Amino acid sequence: MEWLLVAALAVPLVGFLAVLLIPREQVGMIRWVSLLLSLLTLVAAVGVWLHFDPQQPGFQLVTNVRWIEALDVGFRIGVDGISLLLVGLTALLMPIAILASWEPIQHRQKEYYAMMLLLEAAMLGVFVALDTFLFYVFWELVLIPMYFIIGIWGGGNRVYAALKFFLYTLVGSLLMLVAIVWLGVYAEQHAGGFTADFERLRQMAPTLPLELQRWLFWAFALSFCIKVPLFPLHTWLPDAHVEAPTAGSVILAGVLLKMGTYGLVRYNLELFPQASFEYASLLAWLGVVGIVYGALVAFAQRDMKKLIAYSSVSHLGFIVLGIFSMTVEGLQGALIQMVNHGLSTGMLFLCVGVLYERRHTRELAEFGGLVRIMPVFAVFLALAVLSSAGLPGLNGFVGEFLSLLGAARSPFLASFAYAGVGVLGVILAAAYLLKFYHATMFGEVSNPHNYHLRDVSRLEVVQFLPLVVLFFWIGLYPGPFLRTSELASKALVAKLEQLRFGTTNIVLPQPQTAPAVQPQKLLEELLRQRPPLPPENAPR
Amino acid sequence: MSAVQEILAIAPVVLIGLLATAVMVVDALIRQSARLSFWLSVVGLLGVAAAAVWTLPASGTVLSGMLSSGGMAALFDIVFAAAGVLTLLAARPYLEREGREYDEFYALLLFALAGAIILAHAAHLVVFFLGIELLSVSFYVLAGYFRTQPRSVEAALKYFLLGAFATGFLLYGIAMVYGSTGAMGYESVAARLQRGSPLPMLLGIGVGLLLVGIGFKIAVVPFHQWVPDVYQGAPTVVTAFMSTVGKAAVVVALVPIFEALRPALDWKLQSAVAVLSAATILLGNVLAVVQRNLKRMLAYSSIAHAGYLLMGVVAQSERGWAGMLFYAVAYVFMQMGAFVVVALVEQENEHRLELNDYAGLSRQHPALAAMMAVFLFSLTGLPPFAGFFGKYFLFTAAIEAGYTWLAVVAVLGTMVSAYFYLGVLVAMYFREPAAPIAIQTGTAKATLWLSTAAVLLLGLFPMTLLGLLQRFL
Repeated sequence: MEWLLVAALAVPLVGFLAVLLIPREQVGMIRWVSLLLSLLTLVAAVGVWLHFDPQQPGFQLVTNVRWIEALDVGFRIGVDGISLLLVGLTALLMPIAILASWEPIQHRQKEYYAMMLLLEAAMLGVFVALDTFLFYVFWELVLIPMYFIIGIWGGGNRVYAALKFFLYTLVGSLLMLVAIVWLGVYAEQHAGGFTADFERLRQMAPTLPLELQRWLFWAFALSFCIKVPLFPLHTWLPDAHVEAPTAGSVILAGVLLKMGTYGLVRYNLELFPQASFEYASLLAWLGVVGIVYGALVAFAQRDMKKLIAYSSVSHLGFIVLGIFSMTVEGLQGALIQMVNHGLSTGMLFLCVGVLYERRHTRELAEFGGLVRIMPVFAVFLALAVLSSAGLPGLNGFVGEFLSLLGAARSPFLASFAYAGVGVLGVILAAAYLLKFYHATMFGEVSNPHNYHLRDVSRLEVVQFLPLVVLFFWIGLYPGPFLRTSELASKALVAKLEQLRFGTTNIVLPQPQTAPAVQPQKLLEELLRQRPPLPPENAPR
Repeated sequence: MSAVQEILAIAPVVLIGLLATAVMVVDALIRQSARLSFWLSVVGLLGVAAAAVWTLPASGTVLSGMLSSGGMAALFDIVFAAAGVLTLLAARPYLEREGREYDEFYALLLFALAGAIILAHAAHLVVFFLGIELLSVSFYVLAGYFRTQPRSVEAALKYFLLGAFATGFLLYGIAMVYGSTGAMGYESVAARLQRGSPLPMLLGIGVGLLLVGIGFKIAVVPFHQWVPDVYQGAPTVVTAFMSTVGKAAVVVALVPIFEALRPALDWKLQSAVAVLSAATILLGNVLAVVQRNLKRMLAYSSIAHAGYLLMGVVAQSERGWAGMLFYAVAYVFMQMGAFVVVALVEQENEHRLELNDYAGLSRQHPALAAMMAVFLFSLTGLPPFAGFFGKYFLFTAAIEAGYTWLAVVAVLGTMVSAYFYLGVLVAMYFREPAAPIAIQTGTAKATLWLSTAAVLLLGLFPMTLLGLLQRFL
């Protein structure tokens, strides 16, 4: 069933080419083709999820095609529990974003939808790549379409925002490129051959001397922390969000930021475990500072999009805190929080888009009392706000709770202070989100421009409904989602604890073997296994 | 090998020489022959490429070790012939528009190509010198091809004076290498050096002077001052041609020289080259940022690209050479493409070259703007385009050789370069057009499509070219 994952990656690319071939006058066809192919991608992603066996450790649905032999670069893709959730999130948000562009995007539609589909392929590629070269290719490829989406279809100050977005993220990722190459060269000198194969690098990683791990850790972490964005590297985010079109904001907040947190889990924790122990408390503190700072700044905003952008800084702080607690609870919380933030912030941006479409302003002061004019919309916005604020019973609660629990119980951080300060963020979130809701929905209808606003259209309800369903699903019954990533999280934490403390309490299920072992298969299996790595100081 | 076999083995060199001469003779004998010369040149270059493909498998040296045949030389014959055809296709509409389609242009272009091809085949310092001179002299004349325009004449004169100066360095270097080793053929130089150089001091100075001369030709800081004025003053298609083929030809000729001189190269020289490379990358990119004229901006960026190429010389490993040559080929296509777009947008008499003139290009000429975007992204070094893979390979080589700091400097330079390349994209895509831009693409369209295809294919399937390079190194 490996083709399912390949299909999830290939369908949006095919869509990109298809849209390029449609004449630009046929806007309707361009839109429908884009929507159809993004839905097809979602079907493929759901197929991947159904075929994914959460009881099996390691990567599944792996495809490995040789690409550049000289550097052992391959088209290596696969999913584990950690990446699968994000693949699903990406595939789900893209059709919604395309629907959200249906009305607002009124010029150069052909380029727009082509860029959206290219963006989807690149984002999916980031999550499924099992090869550092391939990962980097997709990582950078994400920049190009997003740059154009902000720069062409954005607001008044779009050129500045697009450039800032591009240069900020490029600064980080180019240093990561040096580190990626450096790792390959190290493998050549110490582990028998240049490689970009993630599996081989992962085996080699714990043998890296600590002083090398330190700078490699930062070369990767800088790139990811800019993307997250972690305080104090977050300044590009409000600009990008304010200027991006609604769908761009949805994707930016929903998926792009998760590339950073995903990278921290996949590359920093996996490849540089010893350095991670050393810097865990620093990054966790930055996460905590981000939680509080983001919340406080969000409280002071008058522009709705800026408010949500800073709330992202705050919410992503929880994720970073969860990741660097390096506990199963914290990591699981971080993963589910990545999905939750994508859903609830995506919905908040959609809601702002609804208001912006009607009034062409995002100033909080321009609105007020809309609950009487747009009652249905008020319900959807309430759900989005409550989900984002982490109300128990809705999705946001699960992730924040687990992240904080992990931080409190972490043997690596060994302090309650992180969770103690971090929990302030939950309270502040309630404060600024309810203020947002209050300012727009309640009170008198003071502005005559708001008297005759249309309530949500059918098209808009279609965008909201899948998100609302997931709010309740994850909030009330998070089991299926948590189980998907459970084994992967456990395996990672067990490895980290083993390396740090020499022992671990986590019991991993043994890989299931077929009841009757056929000698033929066993032989094949043995032949397929790689020779063990030589010790660190073995002669070259 | 018999004489005939030897001649056949270097068929591309012979053919390009004959072709250039034939076009010159046609020009002298037939009136109004521009069209004939054009087609003769295109078909002839395709013939050269075919001959190169035919000689590709058997590599060796011929004519008592003066010229190498087949292998790497033949591979670059193909690259140069292709670049020649691309330039011809782009030059025709450009010259027609400027009202200056004389057939000397085609003859000069072919002589320059002959120089490049001789450089690719050089296995002897004298042949190397011959190639570089043939290439340079043709360039001097081509730079001043618009002889009624002061700027073009100024470019030619500047180029000639400084180039002649550089030639002096080069000759001095060759003389000193000969003085210390008593040989000029690469093989015999290498053989002598294996036994230890009798005059290490003289050899060191010789290698240094050679490096200065070569640095001049490929525009390495601090020998780069001529580049912006010359590239800006020369006709745009000529700039496209000399900034690509000129650089690639010297780079490919440099590999066997440095391989032969390897015993004489120590870490000091390596570090010196590394410093030059870093300075070239930083200075080229930083100076490009403040340019508003696109030709001048690309000129500065071409200086920076010389710095990236030098990373291969720093590494001095097989991977370094392969990376450098790969990057050179990628550079030929992406830089050529970018300059051809500039040539098309340009109007008579050097108008419409400013960044502001590109405002809204994507609205009126979406395909042209999209191709420019591909070239610029590739020049920046973004995947999945050819420039990215070339950089990746060069970084690998530099890091492997222990020059991680150089790779870091190179990525810092890349960040700076992203800023000014994006500036062009901002103008093309994010700004509204001021006035309609009329563009006659003509045959230049083929140049652009072929260059785009090359940039994409080299980026997505780098292994084909890389495999060939590694086989022939």
